[in-house]
Amino acid sequence: MITVEQAARITEAKLWYWQRISAMVLALCVIVHVAIMIYAVRGGLTGAEILGRTRGSVSFAAFYGVFVLACAVHVPVGLMRVAEEWLHLDRFLSVVLGKLFGVTILFLGLRAVYGVFTG
Amino acid sequence: MSSSSFLKVSVWRGKAKGAFVTYDVPRRESQTVLDVVTHIQRAIDPSLSYRFACRVGMCGSCAMTVNGKARWTCRTHVSKVVEGDALEIAPLSNLPVIKDLATDMREFFDKWARAKGQFKGTRTRYDDFAVVAPDSKARGAANAGIECIGCAVCYASCDVVAWRPGYLGPAALNRAWTLANDVRDVQQKERLLAVSGDAGCHACHTQGSCNERCPKQIEPTAGISGLKKLAARAAVRGELG
Ligand code: FES
Repeated sequence: MITVEQAARITEAKLWYWQRISAMVLALCVIVHVAIMIYAVRGGLTGAEILGRTRGSVSFAAFYGVFVLACAVHVPVGLMRVAEEWLHLDRFLSVVLGKLFGVTILFLGLRAVYGVFTG
Repeated sequence: MSSSSFLKVSVWRGKAKGAFVTYDVPRRESQTVLDVVTHIQRAIDPSLSYRFACRVGMCGSCAMTVNGKARWTCRTHVSKVVEGDALEIAPLSNLPVIKDLATDMREFFDKWARAKGQFKGTRTRYDDFAVVAPDSKARGAANAGIECIGCAVCYASCDVVAWRPGYLGPAALNRAWTLANDVRDVQQKERLLAVSGDAGCHACHTQGSCNERCPKQIEPTAGISGLKKLAARAAVRGELG
């Protein structure tokens, strides 16, 4: 049997693990994303051009879907820390704030991916 | 030697509430900050409280904040830290002030205990010595942190301790890491649980003030990273707790 406090510690350890894993995914995603951007802006950038590349492209949707997912995992953990340490919010409020932010990222991000995929 | 033959030394007097009082202290060759404080106490104001014991950098009792940075004062030459002819000497941060330059170190050492900083083996005096290969990876990792003198310079320099008063801090976690690499120790699981979470290693942001300020050149953040990995891996595998 473990105490509530110990259970909280185990959760913390897992959160750190997930933040690490998501950071690795994000590092890769950012590199690919920046490379695509550099490639895409050669000779100007138009909405039609972007949509032409993304519309109906499963690989684009899958890549940015993973990107959004990694953000939604990574950002809340960090924000909880900021809320606790700098804003001095209590644990519960920080967790709520972090999760809300995570869900918002997930929703807006996936909606955007869906938007450029169906465009 | 600086051009001036006197130092202007501002020393914290009082408790949490108090003020800096300035003293003129004669400048000497090879003078340490501890020499300066001792001069004030012996020659100017005997009511000044401060702590020291070994004077050779072994006991860890003489740490103070010197011109804004935590340092071991017995091994800090005035010439290295003086600004013009000014020295400002305050008690360590992140610890309650008892009086003047003496802080209450109880919480600092209690945290070592909370991080399971005690060794626990199984052999008795009737058993043979344990054999630990000096060149093994674990022994190397333990060696890197074992010279800690418990001066609390790292603890006083750590922002996370300031933000999270419950945080065990670099010294206690460094101690836990040396024991996590002691193959004779039998409370590894309990220790890993004790140093996990937001009071433990996972709270560290790897800012590295502890590494920079440690007078023994220990790198607590390296040990803390090691603990993070061990604990997180165990937690994900369901082996923690
Ligand atoms: S007096 Fe012992 S370390 Fe400075």
